[in-house]
Amino acid sequence: MHKIERPMRDPLFHISKRDDMSWKKRFLLRGGVILFSFLFTGILSWILIGVDPFTFIGKLFEGTFGTSRRIWLLLRNLAILLCIALALAPAFKMRFWNIGAEGQVLMGGLATAICMYYLGDKLPEPVVWLFMVVAGILAGALWAVIPAICKAYWNTNETLFTLMMNYVAIQLVSFFTNVWVKDGSGVLKNATHLNGIKLPELGNPYLLTLLVAVLLTVGMFIYLKYSKHGYELSVVGESENTARYIGINVKKVIIRTMALSGAICGITGVLLVGAINGSVTTATVGGQGFTGIIVSWLGKFNPGFMVLTSFLVIFLDRGTGQLNLTNNAFPAIVTGIVIFFIIGCEFFISYRLKFRKKKKQEGEVLQTEDAPAAEQTEEAKERNLLQKIGDGAKNCVLTAARGVKKGALFIGNQTAKAFRKGKDLFKKKPKEKAEETQTEKEEEDV
Amino acid sequence: MSDTDKAEKISPPCLSFLTNQNGGKTVENNVALELRNVCKYFGEVIANKNVDLTVRKGEILAILGENGSGKTTLMNMISGIYFPDEGEIIIDGEPVVIRSPKDAFRYKIGMIHQHFKLVDVFSAGENIVLGNSEDGKFRMKEVNARVMEIAEKYGFHVDVKKKIYEMSVSEKQTVEIIKVLYRGADILILDEPTAVLTPQETERLFAVLRRMRDDGKSIIIITHKLHEVLSLSDRVSVLRKGEYIATVETANTTESELTEMMVGKKISLNIDRSEPKDVQERLVVSALNCNTREGVKVLDNVSFTARAGEILGIAGIAGSGQRELLEAIAGLQHLESGEIIYHDPKTGEAVNLRDKTPLQIRELGVRLSFVPEDRLGMGLVGNMDIVDNMMLRSYRKGKSAFLDRKNPQDLADRIIEELEVVTPGSHTPVRRLSGGNVQKVLVGREISLAPTVLMAAYPVRGLDINSSYTIYNLLNSQKENGVAVIFVGEDLDVLLELCDRILVIGGGKITGIVDARTITKEEVGLLMTKTSSMNEEKEAEDHA
Repeated sequence: MHKIERPMRDPLFHISKRDDMSWKKRFLLRGGVILFSFLFTGILSWILIGVDPFTFIGKLFEGTFGTSRRIWLLLRNLAILLCIALALAPAFKMRFWNIGAEGQVLMGGLATAICMYYLGDKLPEPVVWLFMVVAGILAGALWAVIPAICKAYWNTNETLFTLMMNYVAIQLVSFFTNVWVKDGSGVLKNATHLNGIKLPELGNPYLLTLLVAVLLTVGMFIYLKYSKHGYELSVVGESENTARYIGINVKKVIIRTMALSGAICGITGVLLVGAINGSVTTATVGGQGFTGIIVSWLGKFNPGFMVLTSFLVIFLDRGTGQLNLTNNAFPAIVTGIVIFFIIGCEFFISYRLKFRKKKKQEGEVLQTEDAPAAEQTEEAKERNLLQKIGDGAKNCVLTAARGVKKGALFIGNQTAKAFRKGKDLFKKKPKEKAEETQTEKEEEDV
Repeated sequence: MSDTDKAEKISPPCLSFLTNQNGGKTVENNVALELRNVCKYFGEVIANKNVDLTVRKGEILAILGENGSGKTTLMNMISGIYFPDEGEIIIDGEPVVIRSPKDAFRYKIGMIHQHFKLVDVFSAGENIVLGNSEDGKFRMKEVNARVMEIAEKYGFHVDVKKKIYEMSVSEKQTVEIIKVLYRGADILILDEPTAVLTPQETERLFAVLRRMRDDGKSIIIITHKLHEVLSLSDRVSVLRKGEYIATVETANTTESELTEMMVGKKISLNIDRSEPKDVQERLVVSALNCNTREGVKVLDNVSFTARAGEILGIAGIAGSGQRELLEAIAGLQHLESGEIIYHDPKTGEAVNLRDKTPLQIRELGVRLSFVPEDRLGMGLVGNMDIVDNMMLRSYRKGKSAFLDRKNPQDLADRIIEELEVVTPGSHTPVRRLSGGNVQKVLVGREISLAPTVLMAAYPVRGLDINSSYTIYNLLNSQKENGVAVIFVGEDLDVLLELCDRILVIGGGKITGIVDARTITKEEVGLLMTKTSSMNEEKEAEDHA
């Protein structure tokens, strides 16, 4: 019959789905992977910036927990990032890819600043606070609802839309700064321009932010898990057809959820401008609107997990900041690598790789089956050849290792000798010198 | 795994090898494809375990098994889509490794999938030659000539210049088969080829397959329809729950024996159809017209009446407007014109359901239950657990902003118990359940609403025999309770046995409403194709 080309060997590995892991095992795996990634980045820091792994990991902890001020800064950054991630969670759960958190937060901040600028000198401070909060929430919500309406009614692409809204927000901030700051410096100062308004400090400048973040975490957890709205938005996210089938008004849910998402972003903006920075610039959010996306995803839209993931991101950020590097790309590399490891870990939680089996045993069976005579199948030959090559390689490596070992010993001995001789040169004591030569001889004998 | 386990696993192929040796060389030469000890796992699910299978040259082998018994997985391994976790595949006496569909073609294996893989805007000829440029040149004339040659040889009817989107399902299938033959396949695998065909088209397909067998080709046909197995195949291999049971000569077996092998126990395949009692009009549909978004007419002047205490079957080739019809009644389709009048059994009032949303229909007090065709994409949410899926229909109850999970929990427990749903618990995501159990959850929820109208689209698709009969019995008991049941089915035998009246739909038009007790399968088959394109009628004339 037809001639068939020789078959290929089994693929080196193939991917198959894994049984569900117990949560304990998953927890251990994730923890192990994070530790491993720290170690890995530690080694990398040794190579790239000359900080050895232990100092590196030590610095990470020192940078994050070293002083009480650092702990407060950690909590502040954590709270802000967590708020943004929480805001994104309902939208993502509804499969609405809101990547406009950056702009929504900034709009919240801008609205706050507008209240501070125009109302700060006209109304008593507590009333201004109220205006700031309401305006911030409304502005954030507005920035999110515009793309939501377009998505709901005309099925526009929310990813592009929300992304573009970010740039509009940045330009608006830039515009207002230019209008308000008349001295041409481009820096908006709390005391000179914004009437010195600041949200109340509850003993610590960052405590308010922290409290809001805690409240939002608990609130969002309950909203997503136990409220009817939360249920509706996850049905819409899972399947719009199902949602229509049971009579959910999909348009309404999309707009409502995005309004909520934007409102929380707005609150974050109020905190950033009103409580933390006291002013607004185009860099107020500083990319955290995007980092929040990662935090939200890694936390699987579960507010509880999101606390952990945002902690991890901030920990790395604060810790690597402590290294005092001139090269400020390294912290980003570290964060990237750690996140990469975590995402890789998620893959191994749901899939496993099956490597090509060692064919030895099967090979024997095959031989008895297919080639009872001396004639070997080509595959068996190939396998033998491979085995030979493998053995050869092993020998090579072993010999090389032996050589390296010998060489290392040799170099070690030589340097030791040279070192001793050098010492002698300084000391120059004939008696001892004689003794030295004797010991040298002894050593050589050994 | 212990050593003894390994030894046991290795021994069967050795044995089968020995028997082959004893059988002499002629038997060995006659074998086109052999599987030894093939296993495939998806996580903890065993799709195939220790399957041994032999396909001879010039025979039709039927692979029989219930849904989920691993037939398609097994064939996907032969055709290079999956890679076996264990075991070997032997072609013409040599062990081979099939890593991709391309490899499969090298070994002259071709698979015709249940869902066709054709480019709609290409012609038949272009589709056939697609991805098969032997010397890098593209000569449509030669291709067409060769296609015609193949068609003539086996008795196909095909128009090489016709575009795929203009073709009927059976024409598309023909293109798929020729595509595989064009590439020189000697082993053809057909995955449920008759599921989408009318009885007449099925007969025509079988004639072609027999001709190919006589030409020396090996044909593997996957099916769960017993009568087709008996009329077509030479031998039957039976799989059950992923395991290979046995292979028997078709001539020496009977339908009940095969069923027993398939299910693992004796079961009776009868549906108790009671005479309709206390029949009254419940849903009067008149002159429905419905277009798709692109403006293609999917329902054309459809009128019928669904009566309480009766099962109305809907028969038709897949995609003839059945889905749109049910969705229109459920308030999910925009209608061009027509009326859907519901007669309330309590008040006797008539309500028009046209242009009402599902929520409005519910608020009108119309207890309409709908088991859609797409269970996990419409009826249920795959990633949610059984309790949350129960809640889909009831979560709105009460004024609280928060969910009540207690009643859905009770309902879930009740359905699991009463319908014998196999699940680790009520908090398992429904996508993890098998097809039959998913359907029990869905039908259970819809029936728990105490409906007056129950619509079910292909409710037994993908279900094993036992689950199918559970569903038939549920529909029957609903009918006896005075519910107007509308049942869209694909198996004509079942429709004839289960329903009281059958509405036949073809190309969005009603081609007949007939009494299920007196009509024959062939007559229904003819009605199904009545409004299909002129081509086929012409074809039939040519044939005669």
